[in-house]
Amino acid sequence: MAWRIIVGLKDNVRDARGERVKREIREHLGVALRSVRTMDVYTVDADLTAQEVAAAAAGPFSDPVIQDYAINQPLAHDFDVLIEVGFRPGVTDNSGRTAREAIQYITGRPFAASEAVYTSVQYLLSGAVDVAVAERIVSGFLANGLIQRWSIVPANEFDRERGLPVVVPKVDVGSHQVAIREIDLNVSDSKLLQISKDGMLALTLEEMKIIQGYVADPQVQANRKEVGLGAMLTDCELEALAQTWSEHCKHKIFAAAIDYEDTTTGEKQFIDSLFKSYIMRATRDIRAQAGDNDICLSVFKDNAGVIRFTDDWSIVFKVETHNSPSALDPYGGALTGIVGVNRDAFGTGMGARLMFNTDVFCFASPFYDKPLPPRLLHPRRIFDGVVEGVEHGGNKSGIPTVNGSLVFDERFAGKPLVYCGTGSIMPAELNGHPCHEKQALTGDRIVMVGGRIGKDGIHGATFSSEELHEGSPVTAVQIGDPITQRRMFDFLIIARDRGLYNSITDNGAGGLSSSVGEMAEDTNGFEMHLDRAPLKYDGLQPWEILISEAQERMTVAVPPDMLSEFMTLAAEMDVEATDLGQFTDSGYYHCLYQGKTVTWLPMEFLHNGVPQLQIPARWVPPQTDEPQLPSPDIDSTIKQLLGSLNICSKESVVRRYDHEVQAGTVVKPLTGIANDGPSDAAVVRPLADRFDGVVTAHGICPRFSDLDTYHMTANAIDEALRNYVSVGGNIDHVAGLDNFCWCDPVKSEKTPDGEYKAAQLVRSNLALYEYCLAFGVPLISGKDSMKNDYQIGDTKISIPPTLLFSVIGKIDDVRQATTMDAKRAGDLVYLLGRTEDELGGSEYYALHGELGANVPKVDAQSAMNRYRSVNAAQKQGLIASCHDLSDGGLAVAVAETAFAGGFGIAVSLTKLDAPQGLSDATLLFSESASRLLVTVRPEHQAAFESLFTGQSCRCICEVTAFNELRITSSNGNPLAVSPIDDLKTAWQAPLKEM
Amino acid sequence: MAKTVKAVVIAGNGTNCEREVATACKLAGAECHIVHIAELLAGRARLDDYHFLNLAGGFLDGDDLGSARAGANRLNQATVLNSQDSLADQVQRFIADGKLIMGVCNGFQLMTKMGLLPALDRDYHSQSATLTFNDGGRFEDRWCYLKIDPASPCIFTRGLDGIYLPVRHGEGKFMVQDDMTLEQIEARHLAVVKYCDPDYQSPVMEYPMNPNGSVAAIAGVCDESGRLFGLMPHPEAYLHRTHHPRWTREPDLPEEGMGLWLYKNAVNYIREELL
Repeated sequence: MAWRIIVGLKDNVRDARGERVKREIREHLGVALRSVRTMDVYTVDADLTAQEVAAAAAGPFSDPVIQDYAINQPLAHDFDVLIEVGFRPGVTDNSGRTAREAIQYITGRPFAASEAVYTSVQYLLSGAVDVAVAERIVSGFLANGLIQRWSIVPANEFDRERGLPVVVPKVDVGSHQVAIREIDLNVSDSKLLQISKDGMLALTLEEMKIIQGYVADPQVQANRKEVGLGAMLTDCELEALAQTWSEHCKHKIFAAAIDYEDTTTGEKQFIDSLFKSYIMRATRDIRAQAGDNDICLSVFKDNAGVIRFTDDWSIVFKVETHNSPSALDPYGGALTGIVGVNRDAFGTGMGARLMFNTDVFCFASPFYDKPLPPRLLHPRRIFDGVVEGVEHGGNKSGIPTVNGSLVFDERFAGKPLVYCGTGSIMPAELNGHPCHEKQALTGDRIVMVGGRIGKDGIHGATFSSEELHEGSPVTAVQIGDPITQRRMFDFLIIARDRGLYNSITDNGAGGLSSSVGEMAEDTNGFEMHLDRAPLKYDGLQPWEILISEAQERMTVAVPPDMLSEFMTLAAEMDVEATDLGQFTDSGYYHCLYQGKTVTWLPMEFLHNGVPQLQIPARWVPPQTDEPQLPSPDIDSTIKQLLGSLNICSKESVVRRYDHEVQAGTVVKPLTGIANDGPSDAAVVRPLADRFDGVVTAHGICPRFSDLDTYHMTANAIDEALRNYVSVGGNIDHVAGLDNFCWCDPVKSEKTPDGEYKAAQLVRSNLALYEYCLAFGVPLISGKDSMKNDYQIGDTKISIPPTLLFSVIGKIDDVRQATTMDAKRAGDLVYLLGRTEDELGGSEYYALHGELGANVPKVDAQSAMNRYRSVNAAQKQGLIASCHDLSDGGLAVAVAETAFAGGFGIAVSLTKLDAPQGLSDATLLFSESASRLLVTVRPEHQAAFESLFTGQSCRCICEVTAFNELRITSSNGNPLAVSPIDDLKTAWQAPLKEM
Repeated sequence: MAKTVKAVVIAGNGTNCEREVATACKLAGAECHIVHIAELLAGRARLDDYHFLNLAGGFLDGDDLGSARAGANRLNQATVLNSQDSLADQVQRFIADGKLIMGVCNGFQLMTKMGLLPALDRDYHSQSATLTFNDGGRFEDRWCYLKIDPASPCIFTRGLDGIYLPVRHGEGKFMVQDDMTLEQIEARHLAVVKYCDPDYQSPVMEYPMNPNGSVAAIAGVCDESGRLFGLMPHPEAYLHRTHHPRWTREPDLPEEGMGLWLYKNAVNYIREELL
């Protein structure tokens, strides 16, 4: 029988969780309640004695100091409406798993396979609330119908004897037989497309026809007969092909053949794969130029890129996106995003210890107040859910979140972007071999480690809610389990050091099909028994086992003579590991189910059979003009800019992320006299016995895409590098990662402007190649997410093309790092770099609803000289503070430097290096690239200036003790005076309460 | 030759800070092993072989049943392979032997929920205090000033008046079962560290100086022997000058971080009293 244990706070104990929920209900929905109290419910569906249940309730489930509990009777009292929210069947319930383990410790007996604990939460609402309002509260804020279920009970209908009825959300697999289906592809074209669509395979007609042709080949038929397969493909085979050939796994757009025309020059160009022509070529050319100074160790071929750090250590970096899942369930989507990229950074080479996380989110304004198109969640819900998901994923995994951004644009209402990055570190050598290399050998066992397989993440990308019904497991939306993953990592790092495996990779997109299929390229074949895989619940079809994206799993290749030691260690460390088969040199992707072959596909066809996509691209620049704006009031404009969403303080989010666990974070995200100024980048010291530091930073500026993605890209690269250099990163020891988030660039009925969007993509890649080469920054890894559009009915929202450029590199000695806050009155203030008439796409124009035309252009050569000189000054200890100029230009950078340091700054625009005749507003708000604001002690003036001989380097005044920002106009008149406290208040206001 | 002070940090199931705690112990002069709990449960490692037990920060079992509750249940219930001794027995013997235990953050939550702190009248079995959700309802990473009670028996804080350390928790609000318990904690000077003003003068209840609303601004407590100590702020997060959030603007900071002092006191005590 199932028991219901209810745990609630004693009446005199403050319910902080309830108070927070009450506050957020008011902020999200405008519903004011008198009080909200919360209770935890454990539904224990297991064969236990009453005594055992009581021990669990009194022991691990409740805290005797502050909580009461009740078993099979209610605890709730004094409320107007009660809401109970639990998970739908099959959704990962981490607390339920922990509760089950806790009971097992008490009883000393393991649960049976069908037994489990399910958790839910009761919210007791008091105030002016009825069932209708409660329904709005639960569906609009408390729960997400895709993964959760709820019941609402008004006080007068509440059964005071028994409480709510017991609900056991066990997965009901129904009467489906586990079976292999064969699919007849000898059908018409329209039938082929129907098969692709109905099966959510996302295969095009051309691809379907290639598969049709393959299976019709008489030799293939004969070959299949030999292994006991029929003339038709099995469902497992078709699913394996669809998954391997998916955009997500094969990057078909980046591999496409593109006909590009630039109408401004009349030039036409044929591009055979953007990836090969620009991204890989950039790295290849840079490595060739670098010669012995090449820092790259492993690029593009593994889960993440690897570069040299010290002679003994290498560092790894990967950034991923998790946009669609986060749009559907912000919390679960973001949580799986972060724990997913953790697996990439861990499963690179032979395995690497996780060192830091980064996160960049692009949202619409949380204060969005227009009607939302159907099925979109409000940006505020997305904001809250994503922030919390990454918080739980990062904090619980013990990885500091050291760097990030929040970027706002209304178009991100259509699809939020959730970039999650992870850096890790590995010994340069492991047991005598380079740790960044790995190879599965013929005969190695295929071992799956970590979580179990459920229907999670099957066809995630093509999810639609209509298929959900009570009793059916949720497939597309998942919740990560950081603790199961942490246990797995603890185990794998020991197994790695003991030399217990030859290769390792993550089970992410495409599940076993992808991880085993790709690892098997080392040996050219494998044989895997799908029925041996551990399942969360019965009833999975073999093809589901093959492609499930259930989280917290890695695949390792274990030599047969190490298998028993590997399995014993796993069992001791409470980690599930299962031997699924072996790597072979058969040349075939071979899966079996209960001894019968269910897939027999040539590795060659699977990995190289996908046809190349053809994409037209035509660049017609947008027609834009510079607006004529009246001279603004400078004081209030600066405050408005500081209070704009893209510039304002993100402290309320930053503090929710542990940014210093592992005790290596030397430049933290918040800095300055009150620990609240905005750092440009992060410095991490990963080895307690050395002062070498890892530096990470990023650049992202989607607004410039509306003018030209070429310059958007150049600016993103430059922004990442100037942030990196600001804190002391060595410009000659840095690598980049490109993460493209685009709207669909393939011309079609749905995307009539595909040629333009494709041209935007080409231009971005062109800049990526040119600027990476000019800066000598090799690209080591990246990812693309190419379908960030929303379309329902006539409403289409496409995100602005967005490139996140992340960098990782080195500082030789962390004690030479510099932060952005002014340090002392009397220090000199320098502006490095020339200010141009470049307000196009600026925050200043955005304040006025304008785009402008003059997009900032990057001069890589002069920037490179500047960054090297800054590095030299940092090494000599000549720089007191260094801050990059970006959104809001000089005015914002000066204000931030001043209030973060707790000093005033006087600035004279007469001293700026700029073309004659620019307005004061242009001088202050232009977002010209590659500029840095530096403060220097007067005694270092000569030494500092000598490093910048022949460069744009102007002393524009000094740090003062007056706690005011004073600006003198270009003709020498006082222009603005603002107390720094006022500026700081304006900067902190917008997101303070988020 | 001086005998070796042996420290141990337990790892596993969501413990996160084991490496920096081990660094702290080593910098303080101890030999330190990070031991996965699986090693203890398999009987290959024993607490008896150590002088100084560290329960480090993290999220044991995800704090899914409330911070460290599932972890406390495991330590209290789990049996050691091929042994009459349970892990709980080893812990009790460790205490009876006069050895030192420090719990930081999740480790403090664990000690409190196992009944090891404040352990009034040396009852190391009954829970009388707890750590629960911050008043703000959220996890927070923030550096805090901490005033130290000079009259406390705590051996870890000997000679110290105040320290500056980060808190990084969502459940750090210290609460007691009744007023009597609080009175006794105060009367016996067991409330070793309290959230205070930047001049280390007076305890504060106001956010953000008191980041979680702890009763009597209590950030850490010891038992009456002074050998068991738990605190929410992280001493292992401030071992070197560059850990300080303002190290780039405060040139006179000593090379050695304030958090290291606690570990040095522990190691010195063991050298003098236990070796």
